[in-house]
Amino acid sequence: MLRFAARRVLLLVPILIGLSILVFLFVRALPGGPETALLGENATPERVAQVRELYGLDRPVYEQYVSYVQSVLSLDFGTSITTRQPVVEEIARRFPGTVELTVTAMIIAVAVGIPLGFVAARRYGSWVDNLSTAGSLLGIAIPVFALGYLLKYFFAIKLGWFPTQGREGSLMFRNEHPTGFYVLDGIVTGNPEAAVDALRHLILPALALATIPLAFITRITRASVLEVTGEDYVRTAEAKGMTRSVITRRHILRNAMLPIVTVVGLQTGLLLSGAVLTETVFAFDGIGRFLAQAVFARDFPVIQAGILFLAVIFVLVNLLVDLSYGLLDPRVRTR
Amino acid sequence: MTAPGTTVADAVPGAGAGTPLLEVRDLRVTFSSRGRRPVKAVDGVSLDVAAGSTVGIVGESGSGKSVTSLAALGLLGKRGVSISGSVRFDGEDLLGMPEAELRALRGREIAMVFQDPMSSLNPVLSVGRQITEILERHRGLKGQDARDRAAELLVSVGIGDAVRRLKSYPHQLSGGMRQRVMIAMALACEPRLLIADEPTTALDVTISAQILELLRELVVGSQTALVLITHDLGVVAGLCDQVHVMYSGRIVESAPRRPLFADPQHPYTTGLLASVPRLDQARGVPLLPIPGSPSDTLPWAEGCAFAPRCSRQVPECLGAPPALLPARGAAGGPHLVRCVNPVQDGS
Ligand SMILES: Nc1ncnc2c1ncn2[C@@H]1O[C@H](COP(=O)(O)OP(=O)(O)OP(=O)(O)O)[C@@H](O)[C@H]1O
Ligand SMILES: [Mg+2]
Repeated sequence: MLRFAARRVLLLVPILIGLSILVFLFVRALPGGPETALLGENATPERVAQVRELYGLDRPVYEQYVSYVQSVLSLDFGTSITTRQPVVEEIARRFPGTVELTVTAMIIAVAVGIPLGFVAARRYGSWVDNLSTAGSLLGIAIPVFALGYLLKYFFAIKLGWFPTQGREGSLMFRNEHPTGFYVLDGIVTGNPEAAVDALRHLILPALALATIPLAFITRITRASVLEVTGEDYVRTAEAKGMTRSVITRRHILRNAMLPIVTVVGLQTGLLLSGAVLTETVFAFDGIGRFLAQAVFARDFPVIQAGILFLAVIFVLVNLLVDLSYGLLDPRVRTR
Repeated sequence: MTAPGTTVADAVPGAGAGTPLLEVRDLRVTFSSRGRRPVKAVDGVSLDVAAGSTVGIVGESGSGKSVTSLAALGLLGKRGVSISGSVRFDGEDLLGMPEAELRALRGREIAMVFQDPMSSLNPVLSVGRQITEILERHRGLKGQDARDRAAELLVSVGIGDAVRRLKSYPHQLSGGMRQRVMIAMALACEPRLLIADEPTTALDVTISAQILELLRELVVGSQTALVLITHDLGVVAGLCDQVHVMYSGRIVESAPRRPLFADPQHPYTTGLLASVPRLDQARGVPLLPIPGSPSDTLPWAEGCAFAPRCSRQVPECLGAPPALLPARGAAGGPHLVRCVNPVQDGS
């Protein structure tokens, strides 16, 4: 297992190098460089040249790349044009919110999706199965922002059960945030009210965010359990007289988990990097909304650092998936 | 359900004095799924297996051998399957037995070895775990005791370095080794009946011979009765006391080993024999496959299912199904045949 893990981690090196090159090129391919973003369309050529020099864009590309790599390695991404704060701090401040939102959404998706998919598979063709199929299709088809607005309208505005927006109530301004994860902050600072408040702010956006992963997890669980149930080794376990619960846990679920883990990992990676719509609908100050605003404002340093950051996160989540695959499947780790 | 036109009751193959260990009576299994014609996979099979004996079930692919054994053990599932008849093990009805009791019996009293050792072992569990779990389940052995016993079992099936092998996963073993593991698992609780469903079909010739030899050492002559399912009469020749030949869901001939090879009477049996390579045959003599394919069958209700492929077909073959009756020269004996125009003197 250690060798397997080491190999996977080593594989990260070329991936990250490739990624940094892609981001470097991508940002330079954006229509209108930072000069247009900063100066507008009607800037004088002198001003444009000044700005290009400021950002080193007048130098040869390989020199630009070298200094880009240096800045990436020293985690120096400059300051945001709109907020005038260091980009790294801006991202570090918002990422925990997105993580909280993603984790809550994935907990909902996994806690509902796996049992639902399992029951649907064990009773395929039954009403539970048909309902789960219909629900999954609906979950995938309905636009996230539409669902977000619906949830907000009914449960926040009409019924008033949940707050409509943000990460914490306005009366919570005295809260301390040592970790940036607000629920956790409430707990570690001995302020349970704040923790509950933060959690209440998470529920609606997490529900909206959970639908797509929930649908995918339900489908893949159903398909995977159905397939494994028909495998010869399950029949062997039956022939050995193993009890139903042992067969389910040890023989069916353990094998069925493999594709499920992949989907959970992939969806987690997507949520971490793509909660733009949900965060916007609920004015939730996470990284997706921040990046979207940066794109509209052409906040060049933020875009560059943000994309690189999210790409790295995505790669790391996939590394975790690979490693858990190694834990779950001996064929992967002992080759 | 009785086929129209059946006038004579079938005799029971393998029946002897005393209560048999396994007693199958008129077992019928029909698969039906939406939009397809129901398949009568087993169509009235009766047979007895005496304690400690070795019984072969032979037939081409699709003749219902596997389904017979799976149905007897309740391993076919419920959806789209209807089973009738009776299966008694040591006098107890298996088909009507409550699920929990049947589970307690499987693996402990009756064990199975399947055809494909590649897919029959769980890929994510170590070999040791797959053996200890059955010891835990039926023998209450745990931890080191279970592992010690599992290692002993591996040694008994000829796997060296057993303690280390317990930690192996199925994909790290060869096909022959995996089948040895399957046999170790099946024999873990010293069952009274072992059903081996084509245990060597997926293996190459030398390995297959080794596995058969292992079965002979461990099972033949022991307290454990063996039902050996195969499509290869050659496999049966060396091992079985009694042989049942199946075609299209029914037993068409049943005989002790010697009469079966010396005096086969059903044209299907002679066809199978002609397609087995023999050592005493001159090289270059072509093997004769049975003409046609198992799909050219007649429903038993309309006559002999083998008639469309049979060289000895006479008008009486069609109309009513032939009954399974004592063979010529074996009145009341254990040689039965289901044919109106049986083969004479190997001709
Ligand atoms: N689950 C099932 N659903 C529908 N039909 C089935 C099912 N299982 C078996 N059958 C059919 O039942 C018939 C007998 O199958 P069975 O597996 O018993 O044959 P077999 O004699 O064991 O052949 P083989 O040598 O290929 O193992 C075949 O026609 C097969 O297609
Ligand atoms: Mg079979």
